[in-house]
Amino acid sequence: MLNSTEIAATPRTSKKQSQLTVVLRRLSKNPSAMIGLVVVVVLVLMAIFAPLIAPFPYDKQNLLSTRKAPSSEHIMGTDELGRDIFSRIVYGSRYSLSIGFLAVLFSNFIGMTLGALAGYFGGLVDDIIMRLIDIIQSIPGILLAIAISVVLGPGFINTLLALGFGAITMACRLMRASVLGIRHQEFLEAAVSNNASTFRIITKHVIPNSFAPVLVGATMSIGNVIMSAAMLSFIGLGIQPPTPEWGAMISGGRALIRSCPWMVTFPGIFIMLTVLAFNMLGDGLRDALDPKLKK
Amino acid sequence: MIEEGTSFLTVNDLVVEYTSEGSVIHAVNGVSFSLERGKTFGLVGETGAGKTSIAKAILRILPDPPAKIRRGQILLEGEDILKLDEKAMRKIRGRKVSMIFQDPMTALNPIMKVGKQIAEVIKLHNKATNKQAEAEAAQMLELVGIPADRFNEFPHQFSGGMKQRVIIAMALACNPELLLADEPTTALDVTIQAQVLEMINKLKRELDTSMIMISHNLGVVAEICDDLAVIYAGEVVERGSKEAIFDRASHPYTQGLFAAVPTLDEEKERLAPISGLPPDPSNLPIGCHFHPRCPLADEQCKIEKIELREIESGHYCRCIKVAAMEN
Repeated sequence: MLNSTEIAATPRTSKKQSQLTVVLRRLSKNPSAMIGLVVVVVLVLMAIFAPLIAPFPYDKQNLLSTRKAPSSEHIMGTDELGRDIFSRIVYGSRYSLSIGFLAVLFSNFIGMTLGALAGYFGGLVDDIIMRLIDIIQSIPGILLAIAISVVLGPGFINTLLALGFGAITMACRLMRASVLGIRHQEFLEAAVSNNASTFRIITKHVIPNSFAPVLVGATMSIGNVIMSAAMLSFIGLGIQPPTPEWGAMISGGRALIRSCPWMVTFPGIFIMLTVLAFNMLGDGLRDALDPKLKK
Repeated sequence: MIEEGTSFLTVNDLVVEYTSEGSVIHAVNGVSFSLERGKTFGLVGETGAGKTSIAKAILRILPDPPAKIRRGQILLEGEDILKLDEKAMRKIRGRKVSMIFQDPMTALNPIMKVGKQIAEVIKLHNKATNKQAEAEAAQMLELVGIPADRFNEFPHQFSGGMKQRVIIAMALACNPELLLADEPTTALDVTIQAQVLEMINKLKRELDTSMIMISHNLGVVAEICDDLAVIYAGEVVERGSKEAIFDRASHPYTQGLFAAVPTLDEEKERLAPISGLPPDPSNLPIGCHFHPRCPLADEQCKIEKIELREIESGHYCRCIKVAAMEN
């Protein structure tokens, strides 16, 4: 009873191509996304293998060679206490990247959950969640982060929470919009008619189908969070010296910016590179996940 | 109305309304019918006549709000499922009653392997391990004529007809006693339609499933149903056995439907359409809902609600003119 032509018509080559491999292949054709990806991978490796890469311990002071300009021994120079700036930057990537990843993970977990609930249930649930999000969003992001970190005090976890909290709004809005787009598709109705519980429908059908824009948003917001984290350390909140956080390093060197520009320039370059790389990767991901958006 | 007999499914005076921006849309207005075990009942009518609302009411998956079941009973083996709580209802959905959806393009989750989607239904109802469920799902695929080695493919790798087969496999996965087929062939082209219908018919016989077939296509209904009801503006206008309705269509609307179908053995320049449009369901005409379009209508039809009358044994018609003709 089955017509074999129908099967034969389906190209066998496409057989094992899952969505993921298709997306990765599209991503690999996008040069700027690949540059972004390479930079991100290099930064991550740098963070993981910091003790192997850094020529000096990040807190080793050498009062005999303070404020040295870049040289073959200290390729990015030394700071006012004679610490090797390159080593500090290498170790600093651990803090910047982990704050970026974890704050975004935290905010997107909460934001996605709220957004999926708001979009799926609609009505009163939607109203309550979205008004809460409106309230959070009505406070300028930087002000909110400063206020929270003042209340919680400095430190790694507190900075992470302070930065993650403000980013909930974007994840929530993205997720809600994306869920609304698929809310009335028949496969959700089919899932109800097949007796799937609401929890199962949301976790198995709704979230995976609305995930793409949130993923793009998350990649982009890693860059933003890293920048905000640097900003918080710069104004003395967030992660405290002697931890070699990039923002804190810039803050430490700002008084000497005229005589020793390398103390602020190199951490600044790394912040810029990181943010740029994440944004390029995010842009590429968006194009790869939804090729229709690209003209 | 319908006597409460030993029928497998009895729908009694079902009323479904939608509320939309203050106005009330009368989607289903007192529909009654019954279905014997193993038989197929057809619901025929135009788009928007309320056919799908009836099916969704039986599964209790109408979106509430805006939809509300205002009145009526749906007796499944004598038990009123409108009175069941959500927990008891979930034992029925997918297991006792399952539904084939209209649009194969959107009724499958686009990012889940088709085999997994079938296995998912099996797992939700049986205490099966992943392995057992997947083995059973692969069997279901074979049953609907898809090679089991396509288990790990995604919906976009299937053609429309094959997607509809997957949906049918999902609906049949737990061997339901009642299958609600909501225009299962509308989105398919004609040659695939025939195959899918033939398959539904075959599987229904093999698995001894009762079925409600919703369609606006009289040919589909003729092929598959035992009894049928013609729905117009949320009401049954004519109900009876397939033979009674196909051979002795009595209601002017049913006659109009048949007149609008091209036949192979007759030369016709033009088909005879039913003039006008279906009524606005938020503002139904008083009296017979069909009177504005009816060639037989007179003043009497505009006054009061017309009841369904038995014009011959088991053949009901909602028209005072027809009753008058019989007498």
